[in-house]
Amino acid sequence: MSIRYADVEEGHELPALTATITRADLVRYAGASGDFNPIHWNERFAKEVGLPDVIGHGMLTMALAGRLVTSWTGDPGAVVDYGVRFTRPVVVPDDDKGAEVEVTGKVTAKLENNTVKVMIQASSGGLKVLAKAQAIVRLS
Amino acid sequence: MALDESFIGRTYPPEPIYEVSREKIREFAVAIGDDNPLYRDAEAARGAGYRDVIAPPTFAMIISLTATNAVTHDPELGLDYSKVVHGDQQFIHHRPMVAGDRLIGQVTIDDIQSRAGNDMLTVRGEITTEAGERVCTSIGLMVARGTA
Repeated sequence: MSIRYADVEEGHELPALTATITRADLVRYAGASGDFNPIHWNERFAKEVGLPDVIGHGMLTMALAGRLVTSWTGDPGAVVDYGVRFTRPVVVPDDDKGAEVEVTGKVTAKLENNTVKVMIQASSGGLKVLAKAQAIVRLS
Repeated sequence: MALDESFIGRTYPPEPIYEVSREKIREFAVAIGDDNPLYRDAEAARGAGYRDVIAPPTFAMIISLTATNAVTHDPELGLDYSKVVHGDQQFIHHRPMVAGDRLIGQVTIDDIQSRAGNDMLTVRGEITTEAGERVCTSIGLMVARGTA
């Protein structure tokens, strides 16, 4: 399960993942995270503040995108730095299908102390939802 | 009205101790759809060199959100929270969070800017153990749309 620094080249692509976010997922994440902002579960409120519909928590998108890296390394403790910019909300319709988030990423640099930089791309409905998403990961 | 830039550098009082529990880690891992055994199985975590199960990389938001609320809801600062969106977020992990950790979050306003009619607030949260060991640094950009 462990990825060795010596075996990784710049340009290495991580296995892509697709995550689904339904309204139920938003409720579950609200409870787990403590973020009860009504834009993430109350359609009436979301529309009152000018959103098209309920939107997902940016931090949930960040967490889903982070799974790309933790699934690759096997050890989530290997992530020493993880940052994203939220460019566009993930709109989550009130149906059973929800919204899909597609996540890809690749190693863009080998750094010191057995660390590598991974740049992550995340999109929903063909539109980028994260920018400047990158993780610094310590490999064995 | 733009935010008062004299708040730059202001550090808020430390939050009460947050105790990282196995069950909260499991609940958070389920919520983000991550079935990694190091979040659930203490034996597997010990096999990977940890004292107990570890937390996902974004678990720190539970502590940083509470601490950041001290800023975004500070009546003296006067941010209109109904207009706030999360712009950027970064977590620098000095070490992974482990079940049993007793952590303290404390936030500082690192920057305030007005740009294109928006108030931009950079909030840094330092999460440490009771003994002062640094565990995670959280840096978040909060954007209040159309308030500047």
